[in-house]
Amino acid sequence: MAQRDYSPFGEDAKRAVQSGLCAAEWYHTDVPRKVMKDLMARSDGPAIRDTLLLYGLMATFAAAGIALWPSYWSLPFWLAYGVLYGSAADSRWHECSHGTAFRTPWMNNLVYEISSFMIMRNSVTWRWSHARHHSETYFVGRDPEIAVMRPSELVKLLLNFFGVMDAAKFFPTLVQNAFSGPTLDEKTYVPQSEWAKLRRVAQVHLSIYAATVAGAVALGSILPLMLIGLPRLYGAWHHVLTGLLQHGGLADNVVDHRLNSRTVLMNPISRFIYWNMNYHVEHHMFPMVPYHALPRLHEVIKGDLPPPNTSILQGYIEMWPALKRQLRNEDFFLKRDLPPTAKPYREDFHQYVPGMTAPKAAE
Amino acid sequence: MPWIDACATNDIDQEDLIRFDHDGATYAIYHGVDGQFYATAGMCTHEQVHLCEGLVMDFLVECPKHNGQFDYRTGEAKRSPVCINLKTFPVRVDGDRVLIEVP
Repeated sequence: MAQRDYSPFGEDAKRAVQSGLCAAEWYHTDVPRKVMKDLMARSDGPAIRDTLLLYGLMATFAAAGIALWPSYWSLPFWLAYGVLYGSAADSRWHECSHGTAFRTPWMNNLVYEISSFMIMRNSVTWRWSHARHHSETYFVGRDPEIAVMRPSELVKLLLNFFGVMDAAKFFPTLVQNAFSGPTLDEKTYVPQSEWAKLRRVAQVHLSIYAATVAGAVALGSILPLMLIGLPRLYGAWHHVLTGLLQHGGLADNVVDHRLNSRTVLMNPISRFIYWNMNYHVEHHMFPMVPYHALPRLHEVIKGDLPPPNTSILQGYIEMWPALKRQLRNEDFFLKRDLPPTAKPYREDFHQYVPGMTAPKAAE
Repeated sequence: MPWIDACATNDIDQEDLIRFDHDGATYAIYHGVDGQFYATAGMCTHEQVHLCEGLVMDFLVECPKHNGQFDYRTGEAKRSPVCINLKTFPVRVDGDRVLIEVP
């Protein structure tokens, strides 16, 4: 059993390129062109509605939190504010990075920049890392956004429900980006033409955090940090809860999103916070379909997909034992049954990759 | 450079595109919102992805894989992750046929 090397300079990264895996074409379900054009159509309405609601709720909860500060009665308002800041910002960052949330480009860019700041991501770096995540989803050593590695570091995953690991990585990188530009890892996927912009964004973010800390010192209160910065920690739990389900326990180094991504049906509040990214197989297969059309896309292609998990809890009941099993055998992964109407999994390429175990052998 | 018969005018809905392969090369033929026809290289300049499955909005074509955008009239890269412009080709309409001039 070979141990996976997640470094962009490691053996697995080289093998993914040399084997042709990185150049392979992804499987996607056949959808008639007219249907797909209708699903891809852009509009501003749904995202304007959701953005006004999101920022309106944040302002309301923050105002209540400040008014009741430092009483314990302010706590529920901070928890509500935090989950919108530290979790809903993740899905807004994501959807606007694709440019699909709004039809109007400046609206996508504005919400993208605000969300990137709130979720503690450099808006330049992460635009490029996410492009790589879509080109080479869960290719070991190539995808910079692998949240659940094998074997999983379960303690780190649990700490990240409070943003601890993300923040611990973010701030040293922010300082380095602000003073000297991208890190060596970042240079593997951010083109040189973007490095100066990346540095400027880091300088802006660093300045805002410095001003917030200065405000807290001047007031002798952590209240400014309750509004900016800390909610990325105390409100992170929902985006980690839903995000781990996206690919956790599933296959890596494959070119069929039905093998490496998971669709989970969720309650309406989680879907608002997560902006429908629970339809994750659908999103990866057709990233140009906006979030508000993903339920319709699911109905169109569900006959070609493994059945969705029926709830967040049921998703964890499926995933958690797989993560524990990967502690002993990192080649293990979940392979869900396809309905009779589906085309077979595209796993031929999977077996060509040197060092990979064929899916059946790993079960 | 030769003019090649690519398709019929009614093969492409307005504000849409189709793929056209010729002599080992792949092209994208567009029916613009202005009623005119346009042609570009068929693959995105960011990665090897066919643009024919992408979305045409006004005078932009969006790559189906990473949502990079080009102005298909000029080939200009308009939205990251695309940074390199798309090659464009002259187009003329002869009756109900669309012809492109290829190298």
